[in-house]
Amino acid sequence: MNASHSTPISALVVRRGTRTSRVGVVVGLMLLLAIIGAPWWAERSSQRLLAEFLYVLALAQMWNLLAGYGGLLSVGQQGYIGIGGYCLVVLGLEFGVNPFLIVPLAGVVTALVAIPTAAALFRLRGAYFAVGTWVVAEVFRLLVANTASVGGGSGTSITRTVMGIPAWWRESTTLWIALALGAGTTLAVYLLLRSRHGLALTAVRDSEPAAESLGISVSRVKWFVYIASAAGCGMVGALIFITKLRISPEAAFSMDWSAAMFFAVIIGGIGTIEGPIIGTLVYFLLREFLSDYGSWYLIVLGSIAVAFMLWIPCGMWGLVASRFDLHFFPVQRRVGNLPVEEQTR
Amino acid sequence: MGEWINTILQGLLLGGLYSLFATGLALSFGVMRMINIAHGDFAILAAFAAIAVVEPLGLSPFLVLLVIVPLMGVFGYLLQRLILNRTLGQDILPPLLVTFGFSIVIQNLLLVTFSADTRSLNVGELGTASLALSGEVAVGVLPLIIMAVAVGVLLGLQWLFSATPLGRAFRAASDDREAAQLMGIDNRHIYGLAMALAMSIVAIAGVFLAIRANIAPSEGPARLLYAFEAVIIGGLGSFWGTLVGAIILGVAQTIGGKFDPGWGILAGHLAFLAVLVVRPNGLFARTRDR
Repeated sequence: MNASHSTPISALVVRRGTRTSRVGVVVGLMLLLAIIGAPWWAERSSQRLLAEFLYVLALAQMWNLLAGYGGLLSVGQQGYIGIGGYCLVVLGLEFGVNPFLIVPLAGVVTALVAIPTAAALFRLRGAYFAVGTWVVAEVFRLLVANTASVGGGSGTSITRTVMGIPAWWRESTTLWIALALGAGTTLAVYLLLRSRHGLALTAVRDSEPAAESLGISVSRVKWFVYIASAAGCGMVGALIFITKLRISPEAAFSMDWSAAMFFAVIIGGIGTIEGPIIGTLVYFLLREFLSDYGSWYLIVLGSIAVAFMLWIPCGMWGLVASRFDLHFFPVQRRVGNLPVEEQTR
Repeated sequence: MGEWINTILQGLLLGGLYSLFATGLALSFGVMRMINIAHGDFAILAAFAAIAVVEPLGLSPFLVLLVIVPLMGVFGYLLQRLILNRTLGQDILPPLLVTFGFSIVIQNLLLVTFSADTRSLNVGELGTASLALSGEVAVGVLPLIIMAVAVGVLLGLQWLFSATPLGRAFRAASDDREAAQLMGIDNRHIYGLAMALAMSIVAIAGVFLAIRANIAPSEGPARLLYAFEAVIIGGLGSFWGTLVGAIILGVAQTIGGKFDPGWGILAGHLAFLAVLVVRPNGLFARTRDR
């Protein structure tokens, strides 16, 4: 404490970055540039796969933020994906808004829907909150399915919204927006966790009563995370159905979206930023190899998730990180000694 | 007028079926503090197992209950002892996600085995028989039987919980895990028995569902949601509250469905959300969710 003390005490510094994270920044930037340029070097089918990977990654990051950090176990994020998708029908088909502009608008719309929803759902806790979110997603689905003007239960084609946009631009813009969502959500979660609020969030994750007693407004942190995640899922939802060009309540509000998010986050490692990336990669690899087997593919996927949950709850990245102390996205603060030559300066 | 009374009576009796689904869920939450996401899927599994036994042998579906119920009970005990007990702890995520995984696995296994076609159990004339109460008011005999079974199950559980050592152990493990263990209760075994009981009740629910209506492999999650809604409307920790919750849900669904077939299930969900907003702890809550 005493600065004028003459005996050499080592000064303590707080480090955020790691060597891996500096390598990570370089690799990440290179990847980012490669994907931005993909329309010029990649085939159309690989571009589509890439876009799909990126939007599933975005969904996984959103669920990881909710469940892994916010302690909010949602089984109903497909509700917001569906609403985002149906923004295309309402804003695109009815009002003729450009489909790519609808993506951010869908984020706003879903956030607005999530605010009153949160007011009701936050009365439930833990596992009850989880099933409550599912009920809400079902309510959204049934409301849409009963509304004839948006196509009712059988859905509608949204091809008309993208007509007039040249194919090359449509494919490329889809990929770029997918990249913005995939990389953007990853970066947003990272920056959020490094901020003051991130510290609050990790405290809430580790122990709610302890966080509360340290003056953290737990409910406000959770509320913010819930709304942010809804907005993220809404934007992804709009993008998903730009690529599919046809929407139905069954597809838009499908539980499969939640299943994909869970799988990616659990396999990769919940409560880490690297985890969802690894998990999404594994998810796509398995899909490439097994999706021809139909139901058996889903049985295998479900069994793998159960096995991970039982025996490797920290996920793949958890194993790697604990063994090699690797952190591409360092969010923790490390206290270390300043090297002596720096101290004397 | 008579038409409306019929609708409300139908809803009331539908509550009997929902109560059977909800009781198992309330039991596993009450004792283990876990929600089994695959709850509805296990019911559908039991129903398909019954169909697989009944159809080739030509047995009465009611007789099959004598086989399926104990079988599901044993299955539940093993499931809890071998897998689910490992997931219990402070964190609610593992049991939820493990059972979610089961849900997907069961649905797809049923799909592979029985295809996506809807199936049902045939009980002959009993399925359509009705009891005339007055000129225009009548109730189905089958729904009445189901309601009677639901009430019987609740009476049995009440007796079990209040008058037997096993019930005392259930309550103890529910109130305070550690203290119960200190008193010499083997929680793992108690949880196993609770799940066995829950699964037996769920088997009854599944078989009755298949007698009443057509079922498909993908129907489990919807059943879970109705069960969950009944539990929450009724309030945690109250078995009879669960029955009332199930009846409210059944009545809401049939009244909604009377206005428009598409609105039935939605009306049930909205009734649930309304209760949630007005009385977040349910109508007859005795314990609070921790």
